[in-house]
Amino acid sequence: MTKPALLMLDDGVCFEGEARGAAGEAAGEVVFTTSMAGYQETLTDPSYFGQIVAFTAAQLGNYGATPLDDESPAPRVAGAVFHDLFTAAENMPFPHWRAGESLDAKLARQGISAIAGLDTRALTLHLREHGSRGGILSALDLDRPSLLRRARALPPMQGQDLARKVSCAQPYAFSPPPPDSPSLRVAVLDCGVKRSILVNLARLGMAVSVWPAATSAADILASKPDGVLLPNGPGDPEPCVYAIAAIRRLLGRVPLFGICLGHQLLGLALGARTYKLPFGHHGVNHPVLDISTRRVLITSQNHGFCVDPDSLPARAAPSHWNLNDDTLEGLVVKDAPAFSVQFHPEAVPGPTEAGDLFLRFRDLILQAK
Amino acid sequence: MPKRDDLRTILVLGSGPIIIGQACEFDYSGTQGCKALKEEGCRVILLNSNPATVMTDPGFSDRTYMEPMNIHMAGSIIMQERPDALLPTLGGQTALNLAMELHKAGILEAYTVEMIGAKPAAIEIAENRQVFRQTMRDIGLDLPKSGFAGSVAEALGQVEAIGFPAIVRPSYTLGGTGGGVAYNRESFREVVRRGLDASPIGQVLVEESVLGWKEIELEVIRDGRDNAVVICGIENLDPMGVHTGDSITVAPIQTLSDVEYQALRNDALAVVRAVGVDTGGCNIQFALHPRTGRRVIIEMNPRVSRSSALASKATGFPIARVAAKLAIGYHLDELKNDITGTSACFEPAIDYCVVKVPRFNFEKFTGAEPLLGLQMHSVGETMALGGNFREALQKALRGLEIGLSGLEPVSRPAADGAAPASSSRTERLEDLRGILHQTGPERILYLYEALLLGMSVEEASALTGIDPWFLLQLRLIAETEKSLEIDLAALAGDALPDDPGPSGADGPLAAFLRRVKAQGFSDARIAALLSRSLPDALITEDRIRALRLSRGVRPVFRCVDTCAGEFAALTPYFYSTFDAAHPDPAHAAHVAAARVPPGDLAGRPLPRKVIILGGGPNRIGQGVEFDYCCVQAAFSLRDLGVTAIMVNSNPETVSTDYDTADRLYFEPVTVEDVLAVCEAEGLDRSAGGLIVQFGGQTPLNIARALEAAGVPILGTRPGDIAMAEDRESFSALVERLSIAQPRSGMAGNEESACRVAKEIGYPVMVRPSFVLGGRAMRVIHREADLRAYVSGREGGIALDPASPILVDKFLEDAVEVDVDAVCDGSAVTIAAVMEHIEQAGIHSGDSCCSIPTHTLDPGILERIRGHTRQLGLGLRTVGLLNVQFAVHRGGVYVLEANPRASRTVPFVSKATGRNIAGLAARIMAGFTLAETGFLEEPSIGYHAVKEAVIPFSRFPGAEISLGPEMRSTGEVMGIDRSFGMAFLKAQSATGTPIPFSGNAILTVTDSDKEALLPLAARLRDLGFFLYATPGTRDTLIARGIQAELVVKIGPRRPHLLDFMRNGHAHLMVNTVSGSTSARDATVIRAEALARNIPLLTTLAALRAVVEGLEVRKVDRRSVAPLQDYYAGLVKPGRND
Repeated sequence: MTKPALLMLDDGVCFEGEARGAAGEAAGEVVFTTSMAGYQETLTDPSYFGQIVAFTAAQLGNYGATPLDDESPAPRVAGAVFHDLFTAAENMPFPHWRAGESLDAKLARQGISAIAGLDTRALTLHLREHGSRGGILSALDLDRPSLLRRARALPPMQGQDLARKVSCAQPYAFSPPPPDSPSLRVAVLDCGVKRSILVNLARLGMAVSVWPAATSAADILASKPDGVLLPNGPGDPEPCVYAIAAIRRLLGRVPLFGICLGHQLLGLALGARTYKLPFGHHGVNHPVLDISTRRVLITSQNHGFCVDPDSLPARAAPSHWNLNDDTLEGLVVKDAPAFSVQFHPEAVPGPTEAGDLFLRFRDLILQAK
Repeated sequence: MPKRDDLRTILVLGSGPIIIGQACEFDYSGTQGCKALKEEGCRVILLNSNPATVMTDPGFSDRTYMEPMNIHMAGSIIMQERPDALLPTLGGQTALNLAMELHKAGILEAYTVEMIGAKPAAIEIAENRQVFRQTMRDIGLDLPKSGFAGSVAEALGQVEAIGFPAIVRPSYTLGGTGGGVAYNRESFREVVRRGLDASPIGQVLVEESVLGWKEIELEVIRDGRDNAVVICGIENLDPMGVHTGDSITVAPIQTLSDVEYQALRNDALAVVRAVGVDTGGCNIQFALHPRTGRRVIIEMNPRVSRSSALASKATGFPIARVAAKLAIGYHLDELKNDITGTSACFEPAIDYCVVKVPRFNFEKFTGAEPLLGLQMHSVGETMALGGNFREALQKALRGLEIGLSGLEPVSRPAADGAAPASSSRTERLEDLRGILHQTGPERILYLYEALLLGMSVEEASALTGIDPWFLLQLRLIAETEKSLEIDLAALAGDALPDDPGPSGADGPLAAFLRRVKAQGFSDARIAALLSRSLPDALITEDRIRALRLSRGVRPVFRCVDTCAGEFAALTPYFYSTFDAAHPDPAHAAHVAAARVPPGDLAGRPLPRKVIILGGGPNRIGQGVEFDYCCVQAAFSLRDLGVTAIMVNSNPETVSTDYDTADRLYFEPVTVEDVLAVCEAEGLDRSAGGLIVQFGGQTPLNIARALEAAGVPILGTRPGDIAMAEDRESFSALVERLSIAQPRSGMAGNEESACRVAKEIGYPVMVRPSFVLGGRAMRVIHREADLRAYVSGREGGIALDPASPILVDKFLEDAVEVDVDAVCDGSAVTIAAVMEHIEQAGIHSGDSCCSIPTHTLDPGILERIRGHTRQLGLGLRTVGLLNVQFAVHRGGVYVLEANPRASRTVPFVSKATGRNIAGLAARIMAGFTLAETGFLEEPSIGYHAVKEAVIPFSRFPGAEISLGPEMRSTGEVMGIDRSFGMAFLKAQSATGTPIPFSGNAILTVTDSDKEALLPLAARLRDLGFFLYATPGTRDTLIARGIQAELVVKIGPRRPHLLDFMRNGHAHLMVNTVSGSTSARDATVIRAEALARNIPLLTTLAALRAVVEGLEVRKVDRRSVAPLQDYYAGLVKPGRND
């Protein structure tokens, strides 16, 4: 039997649907992603921590779920919103060669509440026009005034330090140095890093160590890394003052590569400003112009905040632009070995054509040695 | 550095006549391309021989050459126009092949014409399978195991290593012509032999079978700076083994994870770069093993294709338009996406589901086995968008117009001796297992029936290879169907008997209806299912609609925006869905947008908005000609300031391009879907009206239901259109007007049919009432054949008194005449009188005809014109009128009259330079003929000839003959100063050019023998060697014309057919009368067609050929654009 559920936004707009997954309650900022596949990668991306992700695609869950596609050990979203969620037949194994179970079953198992059967296009148009906003999805409380009261009480994204909440507690080695060759050592400041970023570094033969977000620059430098990667992570970069301070000290001492939140943190460390986009960029089809090559990359994106290009100091220059809305998508530091991009070169989900940026990071490290 | 300024004049190649595998999608891409180039200030030279296309409208190019698409003509055009560049990637395989010929002949180089879009080297790599495979291997891509063979022996060697089943693909053919699957050595030999014949270079690829693998296509666009994007991924529901043109296809891709999809995407981009497609769109096809994920590349097309048309319509991204701009130097990031105003360099995101379903015409080709395979058989397609796959599939199926109101089991004739209705569920399931084992055109329906009967998804998947995800979607539909019969019956039972009244949008009934509608169930289907549970209530589609509306259950119209709602969309392209709770504000904004109302006309207001109904999927008898009319109507109304709104479901067409009309509704053309659009548009008499007469039979079939539902119909009343189709009332009208008509009668059973035929006298023409394209029409010479016909044998029809057949006197040796005219209700202006050059009794759509007429004397012509005026007024025509006459021994007989657009409208428009569909649209909007200024029949100082193209070669085993039933898929036009040259050009444009010399074989009926003599002598003087069958030869010899003997078809060998098979016949002349020689003629035609030997079936055609060849002997080839003909710059030829 299906169980009714509601999604209440903090402006009082309410959508009806049916409970899925854990069929409980979830609260957070509601954002939409236009990616048509790669739902599992999205749901396990730590950058979505604290958010309720709405998928614009008409039908989801079609190819089930597999541990192979997880970007972090646990799902990181607060909740998920679907239009039509596929849940195979009860009496047969999930009919896709890669899948072990249905997405619905996996969400239930992992305690993530979701809502389906909802007019996701109407939700998307609303968020597009009025901006991403807080909301509560619930199968437990169907009392609209109560939901609205609680939705209104949700804290805004701005000012919340979420990176520390998804960071690792202790440093760990993701990939030890290969025994045969002297390899490059990269430290990753974990603000919510996706597994694929680590995999990309390891694939280049780098020894990857992962450090908690609040690790000091001194501690990182003490481990003598050849380069430091500032990865993706959730929410607003501004409250991550510890990371910004660390990056300021790392800058010029060790080559830096920032991705997504890491890019915003590098921007802040350089003295630039960040601001919140009305509904963010969440999808796998964003065209980004690489100024140096005049080539366009189709990129995977997931961010709500952005570096203000007008606030960049003279020591930094824009390197990439978003062709849809002319927002800043990348920067290079002129007087130090550091660069960063707002999009996700590791993709997953999405096009992998920006993957060469990891090579560029390696080249930067080799030059600096 | 955007546009290149060295490319000023660009030669665009169209795709020629519509054939299976190359249809009006290239009119769509070509039209977009021409528009895009003109927008950039380029001088556009167009070559296309197909008059039914929108792109050949003289407004779309500066110089419109309607000439045969061969290297000679193209070369002459290049010499004359000196283009800077040639764009071959918008006109399908025909354009690509012609461009390569021009390149190889050195013509492009000699005249410094640059090939843009795709360079010859890239085309070579993509088209030559051997080179392609090597290139793919070089970049590390996996392919099915395979080998090339130039002979059967070589192929047998290859298949040893590859194993069975093996796939045979001929090199360089269209739509997989001549390809096939072989399961054993014996069938393998046969398939290879056919493949070698079909390949212009006599080569086939023998390939490892990937039958049953998933089939995925990606549409890619690349620019000159190597930016490349995937516009759309398309997944075939039917796995590998069915040609993608014959498959049900779905967008976006449904059953691939991002990991799998990104691997394909990377491969696709690597392919595009390796092949070296410079700029523009291309299509790459992959097969994926469903259980291992192994992926292999199947092929790539370095040009826009049917799939790119589909991808454009599915996403809203105009691939051809962007491709044309990239070809002249723009880069993707310099172009805007028209729909959102954001960058064109992105990958569309879709928040709905798109399903394409092919339409077949196997019933037209008696004898051909209705099985699907590697070779494409479908003649059209319909696409639907829905909130989910189930809704989209059901919409597509009801838009197919094959009598389905959605997904439903195949209706089984209960009394058909061959297939007795199975008594039990288990027996029927067993039958279905046998049926599903093979892939026929109705597989999805049988599959659905099997699932309804409880076949497991695993078994259904094992039988068909279809991914379980799709089958589970079908099962959801089946479950809804079952709950509909039980639960809805309970809920609606009370509401139905009485008028439901305007209550309860929130009640359980409303909720249930919403849920059912969101699964795509049409009102008609719900009515049919409910009737099974409530047999006592009279439940009609209308009552379900009334019930539904009373509960506030209406579809939502959503905007196709390329971006899943991320950006505001500017372009008015909509689809309906019930799987939505909220309206799309973009739609409401478009409908409400204030527009300067059109002015009035001498005090009469013009309509504010007009809905034009398109023709749905193409099929034989209803194709691009009608789309041309719809598009012209939209253009013409927009020029007046009237808001033109298009409703159509055919993704191949120009009418469904988002900027053809002011608003596009991509919807099935059914009563329910059209009424929903009318309601959403608020269409009433004060707002405007709806046009049904341009889209062929499709809108006419629903016109009366729409009218009954209160929709204002513009132009000729549906009742009058129906009256013209009703033999009895039409006969009465003709009689009242004192116009002669062939004797005729009606019969409801076999005996009365024979009696009527005897009274009238054989030969007779028989047909069912109410058909378009002459379905099941036949000329019958004797009673035995008539009995066979009415008993349903030999492709006839089973008679039943409720739908009688019409029996008409068949006027042998008559000259048939078509007339197109425009009427405003009180005046009639003739647009053109066309004379057929085929033997009488061949469907006008299949026959060759000319403007102006060339044998009819002025007195006859005046009578024809007079009758046309009488009929136009008699039928109260407002808009277009087509009348068919037969001129027989000095008498003028009317055969039929139709107050609506006819197939010949585009030909007439191109030949005369008058846009008569546009004029008719103005008339329907309220203009009088006088106000349009179209009062005189255009008189032209040149000749235009239309010839038909018929797809027999696609249907091996089909009986090859022409008759009153239309079989052609497309047409070409020849235009020249002399009738003869125009005729030669038309023949040449069909791909069967008349030779300048060689062996001419003459075999004519007695009554033609005398008239043959001078023509035979002239043929001889032109340098032909004459051969003749005994009777014909005797006549020739007796008059001193030498001819060699050819034995007639019979026991003595070698006979005529052997002569043809041995390659000795270069031109055939065969005229017939009576049924015996008609049978021989059938065999001769089949052979001529198979061997591409030009065959003339009337002396009129022979005379045209002789005249043409004589002109050709003394005059050099002349090519001229339509613009020059219209401006009177092309002087009449010597022979006139």
